[in-house]
Amino acid sequence: MKVEQLYTALKKSQEARGIYFNKDRDLVFELLDALLKNKDRYGYMACPCRLACGDKEKDRDIFCPCEYRAPDLEEFGTCYCGLYVSSALNNNEIEAQYVPERRPPEKIF
Amino acid sequence: MTAEKPILYALSTCSHCKSTKKLLTDCDVEYDYVQVDDLEGEERKAILADIKSLNPRCSFPTIKINKTVIVGYKEKEIKEALGIKNES
Repeated sequence: MKVEQLYTALKKSQEARGIYFNKDRDLVFELLDALLKNKDRYGYMACPCRLACGDKEKDRDIFCPCEYRAPDLEEFGTCYCGLYVSSALNNNEIEAQYVPERRPPEKIF
Repeated sequence: MTAEKPILYALSTCSHCKSTKKLLTDCDVEYDYVQVDDLEGEERKAILADIKSLNPRCSFPTIKINKTVIVGYKEKEIKEALGIKNES
């Protein structure tokens, strides 16, 4: 799959749920490209900013969109890696800030 | 300036890590770089233990500059730890 195809497909499905891509288009395409790289090497789209271990069951929580996206969007208006943002951030109602890691360290191998 | 060479633990696919690498390069800082997602087996385990001793969350990027450990792409903090003036 090409990055552009992934972008178009995800944009449609996610915006329908009030979740937007980051306005920084270069960042978005860089992260989508990284997701496709992870799909090639692991067999699933592991979060580009987290260390996947290659075991599908152990990494299930960081399949993109990760389990931590919802609470991060709620609290910070952006997901951990910055790919997705909330409408509040998208409309500049809140400011982008550093998102600390929510994933429990014991899940990292 | 820095006594010890900074060490950056990062992932090849992480944009925050790429921004941190770019910042260090732009500031002409020599540093040791560990691309953790390329590692396997015992070497990987050992490196993860090192990272967890510095950053219990074991998240990326993690950078150690002398005694200072900075987690995440935090330009201001990184520059301060490097002794580089922040343009305010």
